[in-house]
Amino acid sequence: MPDPILQIAGLDARYGDFQALYGVDMTLAEGDVLAIIGANGAGKTTLMRSIAGLIRNGADEIKFRNVPIGALRADQVARRGIALVPEGRQLFPSLSVEENLLIGGRSGRQGPWSLKRVYSLFPILEERKRQPSTSLSGGQQQMVAIGRALMANPDLILFDEISLGLAPIVIRDIYRALPGIVSQGMSAVIVEQDITKALSISSRVYCLQEGRVSLEGASTTVSREDISRAYFGIE
Amino acid sequence: MEWLNAVIQGVLLGGLYALFAAGLSLIFGVMRLVNIAHGDLIVLAAYLGLTTSVALGLHPLLALVLVAPALAAIGFLLQIGILNRTLGNDILPPLLVTFGLSVILQNALLEIYTADPQKMDAGALETASVSLGGISLGVLPLLTFAVAVAIVGALQWVFYNTALGRAFRATSDNQDIAQLMGLNKAHVYGYAMALALAVTAVAGIFLGIRTSFDPAIGGSRLIFGFEAVIIGGLGNLWGTLAGGVILGVAQTVGAKIDPGWQLLAGHIVFLLILAVRPSGLFPKVTG
Amino acid sequence: MSAGPFKVTRSSRAARIAAVAGLIVLLVLAAAPWWAGRADMRLLSEVFLYLALASLWNLMAGYAGLVSVGQQAFVGFGGYLLFALTIFAGLHPVVALLAAGGLAALVAVPVAALLFRLRGAYFAIGTWVMAEVFRLVFAQVGALGGGSGTSLPVGIVKSLAASRSGREALSYWLALGAAAGTIAAVYLFLRSRKGLALTAIRDNELAARSLGIDIWRTKFIVYVVTAALTAIVGALIFLQKLRISPDAAFSVNDWTAFVIFIVVIGGIGTLEGPIIGTLVFFALRETLADLGTTYLLVLGLVAIVVMLKAPKGIWGLIQIRFGLQLFPLGYRVLGNLANKEN
Repeated sequence: MPDPILQIAGLDARYGDFQALYGVDMTLAEGDVLAIIGANGAGKTTLMRSIAGLIRNGADEIKFRNVPIGALRADQVARRGIALVPEGRQLFPSLSVEENLLIGGRSGRQGPWSLKRVYSLFPILEERKRQPSTSLSGGQQQMVAIGRALMANPDLILFDEISLGLAPIVIRDIYRALPGIVSQGMSAVIVEQDITKALSISSRVYCLQEGRVSLEGASTTVSREDISRAYFGIE
Repeated sequence: MEWLNAVIQGVLLGGLYALFAAGLSLIFGVMRLVNIAHGDLIVLAAYLGLTTSVALGLHPLLALVLVAPALAAIGFLLQIGILNRTLGNDILPPLLVTFGLSVILQNALLEIYTADPQKMDAGALETASVSLGGISLGVLPLLTFAVAVAIVGALQWVFYNTALGRAFRATSDNQDIAQLMGLNKAHVYGYAMALALAVTAVAGIFLGIRTSFDPAIGGSRLIFGFEAVIIGGLGNLWGTLAGGVILGVAQTVGAKIDPGWQLLAGHIVFLLILAVRPSGLFPKVTG
Repeated sequence: MSAGPFKVTRSSRAARIAAVAGLIVLLVLAAAPWWAGRADMRLLSEVFLYLALASLWNLMAGYAGLVSVGQQAFVGFGGYLLFALTIFAGLHPVVALLAAGGLAALVAVPVAALLFRLRGAYFAIGTWVMAEVFRLVFAQVGALGGGSGTSLPVGIVKSLAASRSGREALSYWLALGAAAGTIAAVYLFLRSRKGLALTAIRDNELAARSLGIDIWRTKFIVYVVTAALTAIVGALIFLQKLRISPDAAFSVNDWTAFVIFIVVIGGIGTLEGPIIGTLVFFALRETLADLGTTYLLVLGLVAIVVMLKAPKGIWGLIQIRFGLQLFPLGYRVLGNLANKEN
């Protein structure tokens, strides 16, 4: 088994007084795609924000290539090679499409991804590169958000609910592009509401329920019954 | 002709006010901080200019080569060391801390330089003038105005055409997501304050050449700058320049009516604009 | 209420002791003309007037979220109106200072309507601009001495009381009354429906709005009432000084900077804070006064450190440490009491 790129151990994440995660353990092998599923409020986004450094935790609770990163700030985490495609896309409204992509690449990490490469993946963005990011459709904005994360040439990319609020045809296009992205030696964590999609793209799946891991397994072998039990907490 | 003269002198005076305001506008645009000590920092720049030009025998404008970087450094350290800790949802900490800084600066300057008014000696530049169609224009006010236009243009360019400007705008849009891009918020704010205080240095030097100054005048410089920012519309640098010009014209025309009315006329125009167009004359168009 | 074995109360043992102690202190202070010297009484009067200003600023900033750095507008307005109404309208000084309060409220209405268009920190500087307008306007009034100011005529001073000691006692009691009255007024206001609404706004503006609390109106009322009371205190300040000038009357340092430092150091958003802050301020001033400007440097530094390290001020630290509340504003739930009463 290859070395794990990400190890999460006993993660208790909090928002102020509210505890959102309880002792979450998770391992991601280099080059793997891991899917996280769970109902609304199960803690999926909290987990993503914790990995990305937007929520600070105990240093050892999250390790990236065996280095503790749990207590680092988001910008420090980003410079180590983790990029987040946040829920709701969250583009910079004052920046044009191209500027949004450029700012993603400002850390200067070397790798396969460049402006040119992103434009060849999503040609529509090149046509609209001078436009304000707010003028794009939801699907195009999601492409910018993904492109912005890729521009950082991360070793680990986190996708938080990339299909939320998008038309089915757009979701299909984005999911078609994903394997090409991840096969570039990148590892990925994907949070997805659509369980079928999550299983199809990932090699391992974790289910969160009320802040705890309720199921973990290989995406090809977990049964639907196990998932619905873990998802809804029905015994 | 006399009225036209008053208006033209007012436009040129507006250049100085735009210099007072540009730093405030920049800081507010990037981090929503209103720095009450801004006027005192302008005065600090004037004193530093005085000291360096006297000590090194430099022309005050040349002293800028030293004073601008010095103020930029002060700005960066101030932001990293103190002001970043005050930023958040509550408006009280930044206000009170910069208010405290204002009192500290004023009294420190008083301690070092005493309350006696000082002035910088810019030689022939102070009295030189050109005649234009019967109106005599001072070279110094013309230069001040030209520098104000150049600085606003330069800030605008930095904002919209450089990586630093992108970082400013991104951090202003969404701090968290900007951090995800590897931007250290604390440093971005530090650079913004450094840039703002470098501009403040220019404002302070021109102030100190134009008029005499003492440690207590910071408050009213802050107010002039603030009025220019609000008149022009928050977050619009060219608007800030226009706001400075409007304020300057209001003051010179007011003074023409009655010398005691100079400052009052400026404030009244500000309040009128606030009553009619609360978001300023040229508010930033948001997408 | 027989709902359960609990009793909800505002009172506490500390609050009851504080009320009794406060009353005793008030009585002792009221008797000062019989036990204190002239200089002590002057100092105490100044303490009382600063306490009143601090309590008022605290009501605005600490409860209503209106951070003003322009309250000198109303201090100076009150002072000038006292002079104008006694000199030109022939009013008795005590009547004049109440009238000054009423007129300040009237002036505050359009001022608030204008300034409330500015948000947050810009509101703060807007209040400063307004204070400058007030200063410049009064400096234009030639009959009141223009830019150099004027003194209160001897005849008006004598109309207060025939003897010097009588005048000093009256002016002392007025200052004490202003402080006690202001604190009582702020306390009662905060206990009223409007006051509760204010606390709700401070704690969560969005939730308060959704509960149908008219935020603008409540803040507006606070601003106007505070302006009136600030003007009365201003009138008292210049009744003590007997001389007024635009620079003294509208000084941002004297009437706003010091007041803000008092509230921040004592503890913003508590009724106790301004009291503690005023005592600390005068203790610092009396010990460091010889240092001149250094004293102000120290004051600014202390305020910054308190704001950064203990944003709830000295009283906040005491509250965390001992759970004390001297002014019973919050409610406490007590167990077991109902059992005894049943």
